[in-house]
Amino acid sequence: MKHLLTIDDLGADGIREVIKLAASFTEVSERQIPKVPALRGKTVATLFFENSTRTRTSFETAAKRLSADTMNVAVSTSSVSKGESLRDTALTVEAMGVDAFVVRHSSSGAPHQVASWVDASVINAGDGWHEHPTQALLDCYTFEQRLGSFEGRRVVIIGDIKHSRVARSNIAAFTALGAQVTIVAPPTLMPPSLDGWPVDVATDVDRALRSADVVYLLRIQRERMVEALLPSLREYAMLYGLSNERLALLQDHAIVMHPGPMNRGVEIGGTVPDLDRATMVEQVRNGVAVRMAVLYLLLGAGSELRGSSAQVTPAVSADETDVDASALAAEAGKAHV
Amino acid sequence: MAHEIVERNNGTGDLVVVGLQTGGVSFALRIVEALEKIEGERPEVGSLDVAFHRDDIGIRPVLPEAPSELPDDLTGRVVVLVDDVLFTGRTVRAALDAVHDYGRPRAIQLAVIVDRGHRELPIRADFVGKNLPTRRDEAVNVTTSGVELGSVERR
Repeated sequence: MKHLLTIDDLGADGIREVIKLAASFTEVSERQIPKVPALRGKTVATLFFENSTRTRTSFETAAKRLSADTMNVAVSTSSVSKGESLRDTALTVEAMGVDAFVVRHSSSGAPHQVASWVDASVINAGDGWHEHPTQALLDCYTFEQRLGSFEGRRVVIIGDIKHSRVARSNIAAFTALGAQVTIVAPPTLMPPSLDGWPVDVATDVDRALRSADVVYLLRIQRERMVEALLPSLREYAMLYGLSNERLALLQDHAIVMHPGPMNRGVEIGGTVPDLDRATMVEQVRNGVAVRMAVLYLLLGAGSELRGSSAQVTPAVSADETDVDASALAAEAGKAHV
Repeated sequence: MAHEIVERNNGTGDLVVVGLQTGGVSFALRIVEALEKIEGERPEVGSLDVAFHRDDIGIRPVLPEAPSELPDDLTGRVVVLVDDVLFTGRTVRAALDAVHDYGRPRAIQLAVIVDRGHRELPIRADFVGKNLPTRRDEAVNVTTSGVELGSVERR
């Protein structure tokens, strides 16, 4: 795999591979020196045409923990504000020697375009309403850590489904791994068509919450709403927010996830994020490990190399010498031959 | 081998026995069991996956087998690295590098079940189960029931 643009690029096996690798990188992050030399000499450029703190710093931290160099192209200070096109910006940065681009853009498909222009790997860090694959991967990792298995679990996603790239990526990832997804949203914040979406639609928030193993809350994205889609935030909070009172409906083991940034008091009750069942802090921590895994798979020795290069494996055919190793381990220096 | 380890370190006081993924892990456990029998005290045991420290990342597929499990702080401890086969020495080089992410051990020693020669780096084992002369293109397969020598299969 060269690029990570959508969750479908990975498939269920790919997602599982990232989760497994992320567990190793979590261990790396807990070491006294949380840094490995795996991507020494590689350069990762973040190309963000939209505001972000957590995703950009998360990718930067991940790259640095792998010993890659990072280059941060912030649009407000770049030549984009002087009228340079996306293509020219990407090619200019690539000319300085870049192995991977991490691209965020307000237009869906922008990272695909960049991928068609450059030789480097491209990672989609959020494009318009389309996808945000690394968010879905870190959510899957958090999900698995908390609940173990995906099979038969019910995820209830509440909020602005229409404008949410997180919802699209997460629905693809959760269902690929065997979970069932129910979406709940005000009619104005539902996508115009749900053809081909592998989800159930619910209108009764309280009923959906009762059956949920995971409650996934989405932020109300005021910056994407060009028209009046909601009468007021207070009304939204009352009808769709996971208020402190609604918590009582949840099953004991149910967890509450949110991709951040959260609006306390709107989609999530004021004190809900501080509960044990809320996973926001873990999601951020896991984000670094998952992005390390993705960078490592794309730039280090990824699975695409498997089978293509000659791999020397111990042959099983036995002959010539047989030494009893267990005797060796137990029986001190006698074994010196 | 366990006796040698005890002799060299005057007991097992500060010892941490660390198996290298994957071949060394089961032998590290066996060595710890043997040490427990000798000394009556079970030294700490850990496992280390050196994938991210290898020098052939990007040349061949390098993926970790499992997360490493080591004490948080190795400063002042004596680390005994355990692997099944010592060959080019590159895995051990990576392991020496990786161990330092966990602090500054007082000493690092190396125990291998089989030393098959063909070193590419200046690395030598402290405790060797068996020296096994091999050709470069042969493969050595060490299990708890024995050592097999065969021809290399390319996959």
